[in-house]
Amino acid sequence: MNKHLLSINDLSADEAMEILNTASELAKISDGPMKKLPTLRGRTVVNLFFEDSTRTRISFESAAKRLSADVINFSAKGSSVSKGESLKDTAQTLQAMGADAVVIRHGASGAAQRLADSGWISASVINAGDGTHEHPTQALLDAYTIRSKFPEFNKSFKGLRVAIVGDILHSRVARSNVLLLTKLGATVTLVAPPTLIPVGVVDWNVKVSYDLDSVLKDIDVLMMLRVQSERMANSFFPSEREYSRGYGLDITRLNSLSANAIVMHPGPMNRGLEISAESADSHKSVVLAQVSNGVLVRMAVLYQLLGGAALTGEVSV
Amino acid sequence: MEFTITNARLLDGSVVDVSVANGIISEIGNGLNKGEKVDAGKNLLIPGLVDLHTHLREPGREDSETVATGSMAAAKGGFTAISAMANTFPVADTAGVVEQVYRLGQEAGFCDVFPIGAVTQGLAGKSLAELGAMANSKARVRIFSDDGKCVSDPLLMRRALEYVKTFNGIIAQHAQEPALTVDSQMNEGIVSSKLGLVGWPAVAEEAIIARDILLAEHVGSRLHICHLTTAGGVDLVRFAKSRGINVTAEVTPHHLLLTDDLVSNYDPVFKVNPPLRTEKDVLALRNGLADGTIDIVGTDHAPHPTEDKDCEWQSAAFGMVGLETALSVVVKAMIDTKLMSWADLVDRMSIAPARIAGYASHGQQIKVGSAANLTIIDTNANWIVDRNRLASKSKNTPFEGMKLPAQVLHTFLNGKQVLKDGAIMNGGALE
Repeated sequence: MNKHLLSINDLSADEAMEILNTASELAKISDGPMKKLPTLRGRTVVNLFFEDSTRTRISFESAAKRLSADVINFSAKGSSVSKGESLKDTAQTLQAMGADAVVIRHGASGAAQRLADSGWISASVINAGDGTHEHPTQALLDAYTIRSKFPEFNKSFKGLRVAIVGDILHSRVARSNVLLLTKLGATVTLVAPPTLIPVGVVDWNVKVSYDLDSVLKDIDVLMMLRVQSERMANSFFPSEREYSRGYGLDITRLNSLSANAIVMHPGPMNRGLEISAESADSHKSVVLAQVSNGVLVRMAVLYQLLGGAALTGEVSV
Repeated sequence: MEFTITNARLLDGSVVDVSVANGIISEIGNGLNKGEKVDAGKNLLIPGLVDLHTHLREPGREDSETVATGSMAAAKGGFTAISAMANTFPVADTAGVVEQVYRLGQEAGFCDVFPIGAVTQGLAGKSLAELGAMANSKARVRIFSDDGKCVSDPLLMRRALEYVKTFNGIIAQHAQEPALTVDSQMNEGIVSSKLGLVGWPAVAEEAIIARDILLAEHVGSRLHICHLTTAGGVDLVRFAKSRGINVTAEVTPHHLLLTDDLVSNYDPVFKVNPPLRTEKDVLALRNGLADGTIDIVGTDHAPHPTEDKDCEWQSAAFGMVGLETALSVVVKAMIDTKLMSWADLVDRMSIAPARIAGYASHGQQIKVGSAANLTIIDTNANWIVDRNRLASKSKNTPFEGMKLPAQVLHTFLNGKQVLKDGAIMNGGALE
């Protein structure tokens, strides 16, 4: 495996599956009496968050701590970063502090890659969301969640049908999911008003539909994306209500899904906009499983990138 | 002062000696022996290159370039005349600022520096700058541009085009519809969609070109399109010329060679405005330059200090340095590809820009009586771009490490040698 995880493109299908398998192993251990493993003892993981994201930060923090790593949370708010310190200076500070891995969340697309390529720092870099580019660990945890619900796709996603609905244009979750799901063999349909579909989608190896109702019957996974209401101000769609009528998951649409289909959402949800409360809380929803699987998958990523000791038979002291 | 350039190869292949006296070519022949000799070694002698699109950053951002360092870079690149864009601090929108830049160029003495005046006060796009005062100043400004920003208000653009007719001026438009390019970071297409960077669509350039062509036709004035980058833009200019509209167009060396897939690693050295486009656009630009639809090459030399590029893409400045690589990049894109001859290159990089701008002592044929603004080029050489060897104060070249053809050996400004064997001459020059 590579030193960094910046994009799903850094992984082959086999390497992605290996991460999911590692997460499955970790799940078995986590179900045992000892939740904490000594694997990364003495290693330092820095959570470098230039954007607020309590959920993702806590997930990475929890993952690192369960592997016994030392965790430093470096948040842009209230730190020197907000006083105009550059990414370069921050990176060099972390280097001087001896970080082994840097988990970076940044508002600029490509910031994680810049951090990895620039020579400013020698640590492994894990992209925890960069602008509107990618969020690879979200895609991995989504794939893990799908696999846990559909054991028949344990080795490959060939034959799996996924629809991703919402603001594709601005979504790093969508980009990483499209790359990973198609890499694993799934058929992906993007559903959104044309204003929220990138012009380069012809290159993405996906189907595109502007009509949610026409795709609901024939899918196994319905992945709803968060829609930010400020998009409305820029005329991506006329009103929240019109968006919700066209692309929101209400109870009628939920009921038209096939019996085994699942509903996913990366969170945080706008209940009443892209997903109704009934849909979010229904038995088809796997939103909470996504959250708990996030910790396992991020443990697997940290473990593989930092080359921890063998998992088998280890019990923490 | 008199001297003789011996063994100079001309575009027609003949090898001659060229004598220069008092800044003027005094004699051309064989066996000339007047004054000191500069052996051209059968390398190509052409009129000095002329750039209509240079950012020199002085006054205001002397940390990235000064008139003097930019002039040295120009001389190294074979240019004898460059045109300083108006987006300095303060903006070159008054006679005072353009006269200052002109004077700094004369004092540096490495090439002629002709200031371009702003179209609108402070480049704000709201009201006309004192175009007449700049035209009548010692700098004799004829080209006006808000480059870096588009004169997007159609009425203001119309007025500017009309107003400069009094002194045969020209409006050089940075064609970028602002409403279609809010926060834009790179060409909108396959690559921007993958990288999650806000797109700068070709239509934002083409919409302004189309509008301004029609305005220029309506008021009967002269329009120059800066840094054309799209295949559609080439078609629009071709259409305008077929209608007899007085429009000229420019392309940069980097848009003739580089494409938007270079952005894939998010290295801001490839961040430029207008952005790198697709291969289809590059090929259309090359064909447009070859067939004369695009009149000239303009460098859009845009120096930036290290810290403005050593950061994440979104925070980085737009722009690339280009004076020292322009000739070689055009040779690679246009001559090595057999699209153009050296005579065509001399037209697009010297004769045509001097004619458009009215720089009377530049871009002249090599004949007795012409001003001795000359460049000698080793057309067979290859060299590797090393940013640390650039004369420019800034190092933001996208061609770092690239092997390029053709090397500038000597440059003469008004009969004075300013570049010798590729090195800037400080004092002791032939005069």
